[in-house]
Amino acid sequence: MSQLGAQQVRAMVISGNGTNCEREVANACRLAGAEVADIVHISRLLAGEVNLNDYHFLNFAGGFLDGDDLGSAKAGANRLINAQVVGSEQTLADQILEFVASGKLVMGVCNGFQLMVKMGLLPALDGDQRQSSTLTFNDGGRFEDRWTYLKVDADSPCVFTRGLKGIYLPVRHGEGKFVTESDEVLEQIEAQHLSVLKYCDADYQAPTMEYPQNPNGSTAAIAGVCDPSGRLFGLMPHPEAYVHRTHHPRWTREELPEEGMGLWLYQNSVTFIRENLL
Amino acid sequence: MASRIVVGLKDGVRDARGERVRREILEHLGIKLDAVRTIDVYTVDAQLSDDELQAAAQGPFSDPVIQDYTINQPLAKDFDLLVEVGFRPGVTDNVGRTAREAIQYLTGRPFAEGDGVYTSVQYLLSGDLDKETAEKVASGFLANGLIQRWTVVSRDEFDQTKGLPAQPPKVVSSATPQIREIDLDVTDEQLMQISRDGMLALNLEEMLEIKGFIADAGVQKQRVAVGLGSKLTDAELEALAQTWSEHCKHKIFSAQIAYEDEQGGKETIDSLFKTYIVGATRDIRAAKGDKDICLSVFKDNAGVVEFTEDWSMVYKVETHNSPSALDPYGGALTGIVGVNRDPFGTGRGACLIFNTDVFCFASPFYDKPLPPRLLHPRRIFEGVVEGVEHGGNKSGIPTVNGSLVFDDRFAGKPLVYCGSAALMPAQLHGRPGHEKKAEVGDHIIMVGGRVGKDGIHGATFSSEELNEDSPVTAVQIGDPITQRKMFDFLLITRDRGLYTAITDNGAGGLSSSVGEMAEDTGGFEMHLDRIPLKYAGLQPWEILISEAQERMTVAVPPKDLDAFLSLAREMDVEATDLGTFTDSGYYHCLYDGKTATYLPMAFLHEGTPQMKIPAKWEIKQYPEPTASDLPAADEALETLLGSLNVCSKECVVRRYDHEVQAATVQKPLTGVDNDGPADGSVVRPLFDSFAGISTAHGICPRYSDIDTYHMMACAIDEALRNYVSVGGNVDHVAGLDNFCWCDPVKSERTPDGEYKAAQLVRANKALYDYCLAFGVPLISGKDSMKNDYQIGDTKISIPPTVLFSVIGKVEDIRQTVSMDVKRPGDKVYLLGDTKAELGASELYTQLGFTGNAVPTVDAPTALRRYRTLNRAQQAGLIASCHDLSDGGLGVAAAETAFAGGFGVQIDLRQVRCRGCLSDMEMLYSESQSRLLVTVAADKAEEFEKLFAGQEVSLLGEVTEAPVLQVTDIAGNIIIDRENSVLKEAWQAPLREL
Repeated sequence: MSQLGAQQVRAMVISGNGTNCEREVANACRLAGAEVADIVHISRLLAGEVNLNDYHFLNFAGGFLDGDDLGSAKAGANRLINAQVVGSEQTLADQILEFVASGKLVMGVCNGFQLMVKMGLLPALDGDQRQSSTLTFNDGGRFEDRWTYLKVDADSPCVFTRGLKGIYLPVRHGEGKFVTESDEVLEQIEAQHLSVLKYCDADYQAPTMEYPQNPNGSTAAIAGVCDPSGRLFGLMPHPEAYVHRTHHPRWTREELPEEGMGLWLYQNSVTFIRENLL
Repeated sequence: MASRIVVGLKDGVRDARGERVRREILEHLGIKLDAVRTIDVYTVDAQLSDDELQAAAQGPFSDPVIQDYTINQPLAKDFDLLVEVGFRPGVTDNVGRTAREAIQYLTGRPFAEGDGVYTSVQYLLSGDLDKETAEKVASGFLANGLIQRWTVVSRDEFDQTKGLPAQPPKVVSSATPQIREIDLDVTDEQLMQISRDGMLALNLEEMLEIKGFIADAGVQKQRVAVGLGSKLTDAELEALAQTWSEHCKHKIFSAQIAYEDEQGGKETIDSLFKTYIVGATRDIRAAKGDKDICLSVFKDNAGVVEFTEDWSMVYKVETHNSPSALDPYGGALTGIVGVNRDPFGTGRGACLIFNTDVFCFASPFYDKPLPPRLLHPRRIFEGVVEGVEHGGNKSGIPTVNGSLVFDDRFAGKPLVYCGSAALMPAQLHGRPGHEKKAEVGDHIIMVGGRVGKDGIHGATFSSEELNEDSPVTAVQIGDPITQRKMFDFLLITRDRGLYTAITDNGAGGLSSSVGEMAEDTGGFEMHLDRIPLKYAGLQPWEILISEAQERMTVAVPPKDLDAFLSLAREMDVEATDLGTFTDSGYYHCLYDGKTATYLPMAFLHEGTPQMKIPAKWEIKQYPEPTASDLPAADEALETLLGSLNVCSKECVVRRYDHEVQAATVQKPLTGVDNDGPADGSVVRPLFDSFAGISTAHGICPRYSDIDTYHMMACAIDEALRNYVSVGGNVDHVAGLDNFCWCDPVKSERTPDGEYKAAQLVRANKALYDYCLAFGVPLISGKDSMKNDYQIGDTKISIPPTVLFSVIGKVEDIRQTVSMDVKRPGDKVYLLGDTKAELGASELYTQLGFTGNAVPTVDAPTALRRYRTLNRAQQAGLIASCHDLSDGGLGVAAAETAFAGGFGVQIDLRQVRCRGCLSDMEMLYSESQSRLLVTVAADKAEEFEKLFAGQEVSLLGEVTEAPVLQVTDIAGNIIIDRENSVLKEAWQAPLREL
């Protein structure tokens, strides 16, 4: 890890093929204290010009990979699984697994979450990359932009939500309903406290299946999921969209701290990296 | 042999798409079905092994958690009728394109030429219906016959073992490319026949001009030298028709107009555009001197004004009306991704920061019979909203501002305005970012999508009314992802300085884009055979004018060519070297080495003769309602809140991502429940600065029924007061005018052309007068002049409509003010005088009257008010600010109250009036330049001091009890309504759409 620089927290955001939120995710990483927050076009990774190993924190940002044409992030997952990195025997998916195995962090937001689930990176119950869950069309059948209250599972191993009880973030998606392949998978997710975030009431008390607090009809009100290590995390709501008080929809009428709640997730990741990876 | 991969949901998985389709079939067609389920079909027409097909079906094409798949076998079961809808040959199939790429990643080898994947959707209809009804569901809702084809199969007819056969909608053409010659040495009548048959939209004068040009002996000699015959080629005639089209040349705005006013006074106007639009900006810039903010106006794809020291802001608004009438989804999608290319391709390139959209429709609940070829307004509503949703959301650009305007005359032609703003480096490689210039020797590079027959004659088509012969090829479907990939690539090449000029391929395709760029150098040489095609069989002229989307043209110096092309390859973006810019003076295209066009640049760009249009103004008188026609004040308020023009548009706003890029500070929905109607919008485009950009708009077509002069004045004022309301600096703002008119040229088909032309003149006069008075320079605009529908004896003309959009600066976004009341005890003030101006108001419209007293604008007084308001905002004195528009004071007070969750008490005896007689006038008059503000009690004194000597009324205060209470002139309470009741009236009408 010497090439990483002694004290630098290095974050990467992958862009290209319809990724849209790369700039604000990079900004969130920087605001949270990452010394490096590079936006890297996927073609440079596939060309072997940029090496994942040079980073600690990999971000899959929101957007519409390939237009979500085959279902959200499906074509994007197919690319990562099958496309070879020039000058190596590996695919990008292979490299991501190595990255994960070395104790580093991955966060996927919205389309990035859909991508991680469809690659089998989440929830990865038994540590394998078999897809056991999915994100599909909202019960309302439509895209929606709306702010949601999210209750944090305090017992979750998720490193991104450490110390948090509840957060308020916008969802902006048409395919955000979390579904598992079986009740057993759901039970395991719940039992291991991997369902990190749940749509809830305005007091962060109880998860809800009521629309619009639960905007998509997600199973067990699940809005975000981590893997058993807690270092891989995906969520439908957009934390990078609330890093300053003026992002809050009611900032002109409420007294709010300068920093937005979404920033907390990035701060936790930077803290984790400083404590464990530098 | 093509195969079908069929993908459907597993048993027990909710089919949200099917449920929505079922609901909409009921709403649109009144047909009640028990259930609708959906299945996706991929018709793969490529050389793949069985294993590879299996891998594709199992991998990228299906989701193992919720979906099952089959190959060349049906999945459909338990239905009464099955409708499968797919595209017609040659129509853009975005999902098919992605599916093809996915297979290529899987197999590691490219598709062979002509191979492809085509998508279709099966709708399984269950319920009591016969085949005829299913046919109606298919043609009336599921498919648009212009771009799609469908099969209807009953349960009994369905082959349970094989399903439907694979029929890839492949474009098959045996046409060999050739350059045809066209004989113009014919009679006038035959000339016009040539124009009509070819969809050229050239009038006789123009055809004669071309005939004269080609007959010239000198021209003939030069043509022989380049191997051409004595006749014009098809490509040349098409190029001239594109360049001279109303859409590209704005012939009506450039015409000489003989105008006569209502008193018989006469004047001649030599070009509305030069006189009033360019003239206004010229005079304003001169008056502002070193405070002029304009950087690039009228000459580029979009206007550019100063923002910060390091960044400039770019804005453009376009219309896409005619295509949206034929295919609402594809038309609107193309509208938004098309307008994105304008700011992007301005100067040497700019990064997109927000979209805006304004739609004008007939009522979605329209229940009269519709003339032929018109789609029901509800279908247009749904299609347009979805098209803009997909275009904006997938492109990652927030939609921050917009409107829906309803008038049943828009059944003839819906108006679809799409705007797009961008941020441009003030300096780029040592030169201002807004400057571009192709140099002699630079290569002509086309970047992005491929060329097909899509959009051929789009420019000339939109220069005509909608009629029986309107072509289906004029409709395109945008592809936001191909465009996004192209933008990602071009921004990198911009920052590396790899090109000298860039422009978008919009109307007229390469013919227009290369033709315009070549004005820098004075000529070009382009090889049409090098252009990558979607499918074989295009004629050279079709390649030249195709409006296939997602393409930009850039000028790349020879030294940068390799770097440019190799980065394109690496980023998987198609870029093709088509030739070079020259100083030959000629528009020179070749195909396989043979000359296809050889036209002098000067003739192409200056040859068009000036039109002459008569215009005669008259003042019309309309009946006025009497006291007995008017409802009670509280009843009127609920009616107004529930009118389509006033009611909540949340059902549309939520479908647009309005905060991607994490810059939207004033969102379109605001207030205690995140659902109040914001006035303007504010974004903070730079992460390291609190400087903001605000945008807002005004549009008041109803006022055109009385006088377009005041319609225009009110639209300008409405845009400015919405902009100022949220905190936009009234001294740092620019305007954009987008005219949508009905045909104003007197003819047999348009007997009232003189009046319509006079309306156009009057709107332009107001545009000049008020922009000057407010000091708002015009930086860009567009006109769409043939918004009529005419088939047989039925003619529907839209009301003359101008969308006036503004963009400007907010010094510090932390001073933004929202429209919702904040605290009980705050004082409620009305800024501006109220006059008896109910003419063409929302109230009169609801009552079935037009009236005559249209609102007028007193610009100097308004400007002083807006400036003072800016100071009050900067001093933190304003708790809330809401503009008064449709429905006047009554509607504004209700909205600000229920958005804030507190009550508002106002006393009409305190309203400063000029000539108002009744409560109804005070409450619902639409007098301009007025704003309702609330101020904390402890800041009231400072506020009043700031506004001393101005038109301010203290009307009452904000109350804890969530009730709107209005006291009339006699001291009686005439409105006493719970917020919840008013809000419900406001939210109900469009909630379910």
